[in-house]
Amino acid sequence: MTVREVAVEAYREGLPALATSVLGGLLAGVVLGGMRSEFRLVPGLLVLVPALLATRGNVYGSLGARISTALHQGLVEPRIRGDDRLWRAIVAAIANGLVASLFAAAVAFLVLSWLGRPAAPLSVLLSVALLAGLLSGIALSLTVVVVVFAGYRRGHNPDTLVGPIVTTAGDVFGIAFLLLAVRVVLLAGGG
Amino acid sequence: MATDWTVRAITRAMMPVLLVLTLVEIGSGLVLGTFEADLLASPSLLVLVPVTIGTAGNLGSVLAARLSTAMHLGTLSFEPEDDVLQGNAVATLALALTVFPVIGAGAWALATVTVGSRLALSTVVVVAFVSGEVLAVLAVVVTAVATYTAYRFELDPDDVVIPVVTNACDVLGVVVLFLVVQILV
Repeated sequence: MTVREVAVEAYREGLPALATSVLGGLLAGVVLGGMRSEFRLVPGLLVLVPALLATRGNVYGSLGARISTALHQGLVEPRIRGDDRLWRAIVAAIANGLVASLFAAAVAFLVLSWLGRPAAPLSVLLSVALLAGLLSGIALSLTVVVVVFAGYRRGHNPDTLVGPIVTTAGDVFGIAFLLLAVRVVLLAGGG
Repeated sequence: MATDWTVRAITRAMMPVLLVLTLVEIGSGLVLGTFEADLLASPSLLVLVPVTIGTAGNLGSVLAARLSTAMHLGTLSFEPEDDVLQGNAVATLALALTVFPVIGAGAWALATVTVGSRLALSTVVVVAFVSGEVLAVLAVVVTAVATYTAYRFELDPDDVVIPVVTNACDVLGVVVLFLVVQILV
């Protein structure tokens, strides 16, 4: 293929998914703007936001890319049942996501304390990270598998779907479940 | 080169990168925390934050996934004149030209509807456009370098490149957006 053909194909395949992710990103921005009272109640939460959102993108983006490449190579079939390898990949993704979320909460707490900037108690930040990570992990694993398989079966290139879908769903689920997790933790803690 | 599909193998391939990237993202969060007051003062800019850095990361991750599969299939050579590499780079810049003006207008409109906007529509569109083009160029460079590095060190680009690219774009997104705002607003 010539440069022009490659570019035209990549552009055409990329635009629809990118447009979807723009909508998701704008939605996440609006929700973020509406979380100002939570940010005041839990100092350090805003510092945690990029790390938590990025963890979603990293872990489930990698899961999607792994499944996508395996489909291209014929190593997995686009079916959910009967393949232990697929389930092991999902369990690994969720476990890795939880470890990274807890690590982010602990590091954010330590750095903020060291800098003398306000930070909520470590237990609050860890609880929020754990709850948000678990809920968004389940939702994102399902989304990634369903979208990649459905796209592949309909003849789309899963490579072009994975990135935007994961970041869109990661932003929207990430922020929505973060909001839910903060509210649950504040309620449980009598906040 | 591909990782075995066991929990242990996937974790071993992913966890070190993941923890390092988490540290980088905490750095990005600290930058964001420093400008929290400014962002809250201009709601359109606050709405712009996730979508700008997310779109930059997406441009990079689509490119990375395409290069990764081309590498697995053996159709990619890492020459600057490689057709796959050049074509995908051109497409990335064209995609940024298309979506970032829409992002600026969208952020302004949503902020105006929900919490009220302090800045003019044209200001927000120009901020989004300039940030987007700078970020698209950076995304191409970061992706090409990261994929080539994974190739040289015989790492599976599926495990390494997309996380590196997305996180680099997150951090660059916060920094570029901040610099563009300082210059233009």
